[in-house]
Amino acid sequence: MSMAIADLHEAPADSSVNYLNATYGIRSWLLTKDHKRIGLLYLATTTLMFFVGGGAAVLMRLHLIEPQGALFEPETYNKLFSTHGIIMVFFFMVPSIPATLGNFLIPLMIGARDVAFPKLNLLSWYVFVTGCIFALYATLSGGVDTGWTFYPPYSSSFSHTHVVAVALGVFIAGFSSILTGLNFIVTIHKMRAPGMRWFRLPLFIWAMYATSLIFVLGTPVIAITLFLLGLERILHVGIFDPAVGGDPLLFQHLFWFYSHPAVYIMILPGMGVVSELITAFSRKKIFGYSFVAFSSLSIAVISFVVWGHHMFVTGQSVYAGLVFSALSFLVAIPSAVKVFNWTATLYKGSISYEAPMLYALGFVGLFTIGGLTGLFLAALATDVHLNGTYFIVAHFHYVMVGGAVMAYLGGMHFWWPKITGRLYPDYWARFAAFMIFVGFNLTFFPQFVLGYLGMPRRYAVYPAEFQVLNVMSSAGASILGVGYLIPLIYLTWSMRYGPPAGPNPWGAKGLEWTTSSPPPTENFKEIPIVTEDAYNYPTPEVPRV
Amino acid sequence: MSDTVAHGAHPPGFAHQFEDMTQQREAGNLGMWVFLVTEILFFGGMFTSYIIFRTLHFASFEAGSHLLKVQFGATNTVVLIVSSLTMALAIRAAQTGKRKGQIIFWLILTMFLGALFLGLKLRYEWYADYVEGIVPGISWNSGAHAPGVELFMCFYFFMTGLHAIHMVIGLGILTVLVIMAARDKFSSRYYAPLEISGLYWHFVDIVWIFLFPLLYLIGGRYQ
Ligand SMILES: [Cu+2]
Repeated sequence: MSMAIADLHEAPADSSVNYLNATYGIRSWLLTKDHKRIGLLYLATTTLMFFVGGGAAVLMRLHLIEPQGALFEPETYNKLFSTHGIIMVFFFMVPSIPATLGNFLIPLMIGARDVAFPKLNLLSWYVFVTGCIFALYATLSGGVDTGWTFYPPYSSSFSHTHVVAVALGVFIAGFSSILTGLNFIVTIHKMRAPGMRWFRLPLFIWAMYATSLIFVLGTPVIAITLFLLGLERILHVGIFDPAVGGDPLLFQHLFWFYSHPAVYIMILPGMGVVSELITAFSRKKIFGYSFVAFSSLSIAVISFVVWGHHMFVTGQSVYAGLVFSALSFLVAIPSAVKVFNWTATLYKGSISYEAPMLYALGFVGLFTIGGLTGLFLAALATDVHLNGTYFIVAHFHYVMVGGAVMAYLGGMHFWWPKITGRLYPDYWARFAAFMIFVGFNLTFFPQFVLGYLGMPRRYAVYPAEFQVLNVMSSAGASILGVGYLIPLIYLTWSMRYGPPAGPNPWGAKGLEWTTSSPPPTENFKEIPIVTEDAYNYPTPEVPRV
Repeated sequence: MSDTVAHGAHPPGFAHQFEDMTQQREAGNLGMWVFLVTEILFFGGMFTSYIIFRTLHFASFEAGSHLLKVQFGATNTVVLIVSSLTMALAIRAAQTGKRKGQIIFWLILTMFLGALFLGLKLRYEWYADYVEGIVPGISWNSGAHAPGVELFMCFYFFMTGLHAIHMVIGLGILTVLVIMAARDKFSSRYYAPLEISGLYWHFVDIVWIFLFPLLYLIGGRYQ
């Protein structure tokens, strides 16, 4: 591979000038067109939003320690869970892996100097920040109480909170997703290094490609839906108001046409990250490369035809429900393909348990629980019982937090030495991974039981017999909260005090590891020529697979 | 590698992240196509909602459609189709290496037609609708019309309004192209911005080609 050539050019003296120290000053960051710096701008923004959304969650869990509610008025509680949902979904989860790791890694992994449209890339960050400002303004000036789903007629006619400002924030942030997705699709199509054929691409790239398809095809629909909602709220023209012939269910259809695929915007990049981590730390080629690659694409495609499973109990026709139920079960197939292939990759691998691998293994376990409990909700009869309960809350947190956030943290720990050129303290990283795993399960497993027993979501109070499980959940949330703060501290510390990482601290395969850490502004001194498949780790045990 | 050559020579309009002009041109074109797909979905949410309500309240939608000023809608359809032709001629002029005066002439003619479309729409349709009181939520004398008619007028204003916003953006793009042409940026070797903007302009036209019959020609108006 070109690695040998690249090493000659990259490794020694040159590596003192890199994308971080090439230019200095706030202007050089705010006007940068370097995909790596833009990735870091996104990292700072989404981290801020994560702790805002997380703060709201901590307050909610504290409130729910007592059956009558320990801290807030019910109105305030409604605003807290709405803020938590809106910020976490639209301003953290959606951009988290694609806009930070995706921006940083896609050109490096495919052997390009940058994304196809660097100015557009910077613009998309500014658009995103504008959206964040609207959302934060609405939160600080009194909040919004519609839940993250903005269902009318409550949101259009009855709520007295800042619905329009928040909807506008989400609308604006959506355009940043669209621009990012567009940029990635063109980059992956047109910017690959010589010899980097489609089936030599790292699986992270396949995942990002599938995610970008959803960005481009789904996001405009939520944009137009929120646009209609805003107009409805301001002008009261009646699109979602049955009194003048409108239909509130239409909003739900349009909303979930985006928001179900958006779930895969959040989880697909995580799956891509995990494919990288599991191969790197079991030193094996991925089992069934093309199956894993195509499962990403098929998840993206199927995700567009299952939205009705959010509406089984809303007055949608029973036949539509049947079809949506059957289609929803289909998603299990490509998801299971991934889990089986990861497991098969681990089999007889030389596994080591560095921090990123702990996150990856945590992902596989928690995503499996989250995915399997999804089947309960895809089935019509059980959904009638479980809909609107904490079972749903637990299910999607297992996928979104246990899955996507675990993968995000795993990826962050894996590529941190590449991003900063520094190593973080491995002991603390493993400790935090363990703490997050324990805290997460303690928070959300009791919620499966609560939901099964019938505790509805989104209420500020609950019957006294549910208190033990709620206190367990709140205790878990505080462990989880501390678990998230620890990486923030040691990763920040490592930027200045961590020992130098060298180009490839994990001995991993992939073009991003062939250039210096941190990479130079132009990524590669010479564009590499790719001559081998992804994950070409030596296989000591058996010569043929 | 050839990389040093490409980065040293700097053909006009060449951007650094690419290896050569072909790659840059293909990337630009693909980018615009992907953007147009996004746009289709953007209008798609609107069209879907329109079709659902049209099915639910067909009689009202027919009545609403008859409130529109079809003669201006039809005139504007012709204006837009001609503007697509002039846009194509601007690209053709650059492609065949004509003088910059010709490129600018076709571009300005395109802008004029675009502005004419917006002027007609604003003065003789929207303003007249406002005076007549058939603008939902802003100026609506509700006595005369059934609720479904209000819904139709909502969609009429949303859809044509969204289209008009795209026209305004198109005029902005054309202004930039005129400036670029005046500065001799285009030649038979480099005309990608014209081509890519042309795709956008034609797309906005096509949206109107769908909007016109959907909104103005419901219910056998001229049978
Ligand atoms: Cu769903």
